[in-house]
Amino acid sequence: MTTSVPAAKPKMDYKARGKLIVHLVLVIGCFVMIFPFLWMILTSFKSNGESLLIPPTILPKVWLTENYTEVTRTLPFGALYKNTLLLILLRIVCALVFSSMAGFAFAKLHFPFKKFFFFLVLTQMMLPNQIFIIPQYQMLAKMNQLNSIFALLFPGLVSAFGTFFLRQFYMSLPNVLSEAATLDGCNTFQIFFLIMLPLTKTAMMALAVFTAVFAYSDMMWPLIVNTNVNMMTLSAGISSMQGQFTTKYPILMAGSVLAMIPMLVLYLFFQRQFIEGIALTGTKG
Amino acid sequence: MTSATKPAAPMLKGRREHYDPKVVVSAFLLIAPTIIGLCVLNIYPFFDTIRRSLYKTQGLGPEVYVKLKNFADLFKDDMIGHATRNTLLYMVLTVPVGVMLSLIFASLLNSKIKGRDVYRAIYFLPMVVAPAAVAMVWRWIFNTENGILNIFLKLFGIQGPSWLSDPKTALLSCAIIGIWSSVGYDLVMILAGLQSISKSYYEAAQIDGASGIQTFWHITIPMVSPTLFFVVLMRAMSSLKQFDTIYLLIKTTNPAYKQGTVLMTLFYREAFEKFNKGYASAIVLFTFVIIAIFTAIQFAAEKKLVHYE
Repeated sequence: MTTSVPAAKPKMDYKARGKLIVHLVLVIGCFVMIFPFLWMILTSFKSNGESLLIPPTILPKVWLTENYTEVTRTLPFGALYKNTLLLILLRIVCALVFSSMAGFAFAKLHFPFKKFFFFLVLTQMMLPNQIFIIPQYQMLAKMNQLNSIFALLFPGLVSAFGTFFLRQFYMSLPNVLSEAATLDGCNTFQIFFLIMLPLTKTAMMALAVFTAVFAYSDMMWPLIVNTNVNMMTLSAGISSMQGQFTTKYPILMAGSVLAMIPMLVLYLFFQRQFIEGIALTGTKG
Repeated sequence: MTSATKPAAPMLKGRREHYDPKVVVSAFLLIAPTIIGLCVLNIYPFFDTIRRSLYKTQGLGPEVYVKLKNFADLFKDDMIGHATRNTLLYMVLTVPVGVMLSLIFASLLNSKIKGRDVYRAIYFLPMVVAPAAVAMVWRWIFNTENGILNIFLKLFGIQGPSWLSDPKTALLSCAIIGIWSSVGYDLVMILAGLQSISKSYYEAAQIDGASGIQTFWHITIPMVSPTLFFVVLMRAMSSLKQFDTIYLLIKTTNPAYKQGTVLMTLFYREAFEKFNKGYASAIVLFTFVIIAIFTAIQFAAEKKLVHYE
């Protein structure tokens, strides 16, 4: 590469310039990604009149909190936070517990009709979930369970994806471990719970993140089953305020900020776990 | 394989002919919640949706068996025609551009660059924000008179369109939001794929004197093609099922309703606003067939285009 000494220096400059261009492109990309959120936050502190000014003000002249009081007066944000949190937590618990059990059995145990049962899991993953929605709704209606936390959780009671994903992980664990434990007199449940389960922590963490992100952003299901505003999730709740404040953007933005904050704060703290978890569910799944 | 040397092994991996009854019982207990759940929540509903598609339901009234009439209506329904066209167009608008952008940004981030984790975290941001909030802020940005986008365009003397209510731009605007929302997610997948490529390939290419672009086409693309295939497959599937942003932004009163509505929003409105559950079931099955066709096409293309080591 360095056949002649004078050639080395321009090459360095060329490289540095390349890096600069790369950074420039990346920064422009970042601006495009961040700007909508920034604009949302800034607008939420402006008066309705100020938000309509042309040319627009960037920073609010006065930082008003009126929009926040207005939106919390019409939407029960306390209930929305509570419902969303419960939905996410319960879905994570169900996905982790049931999928770990089934994932372990599918990967490590020998039993009749295993292929058939696993085929059921794969079928669910292949079908778009909207295909199940009407019958699921009818079942809840028959059980008189509409407008409840259980209704929100219902389709997420078991996770076909979680089962498939964790099975992949159990498959990669060596059999030597369970063989040694069998010699020591452990039964199947002890092998599962004491030896195998603790080794899948990374995978369980990834599945938890995946479940949380998708439960949080799901809108169609909560919109269908919980029509009482006190039982809504954040996603469904703020979509309902659109009708009320059609063009009062500062208020709509205040509502959006309130809906976005909890997950955003979690993301800021656990950014690595979020991204690595999602990457893992994608590449192994 | 080595069961002869390890007498204790059959407990966990016995032969097909004889199962250890204790293991079989434990296994059934372990899979029971998942299998029962799948039967109740997915298998039964799947067949129930097929059954429903053969019935006509009006609100709370009784179901009437109409054979394939719902499907016959489907093919005569103008709105279904529009929605099908829009759904496919949405896929064409979002998938190639979205995946391309993700690949470009992932490649840029795959070098030794300062602040890589910060960039990655920022691109991923829309994934952790509820689509309803995303739709709301974009509606504000796309606003005809007071939206920041049109005000910005005016600086260059361009009169921007009424993005979300102009029949010409409504679906495009939704596609822009879709791409913006998904680039970060796809980027994370592709970056993970890029990072698993062995450095030795690049070293060999460098020794052979390959240029950056040659290396990209002849090493990076083939090596990352399994990940790319997966991302394209997932993205195509989810674009055909697109619901939330379009549902929130293209209301029935929108002048661009015809040019912006997609199959899933139509399904939702038929099932839960007009309570035509039978017709809605036919729509969702029709969508499923479209998804199945595109998935099959992609798997056929996979054999030709994807390189596996």
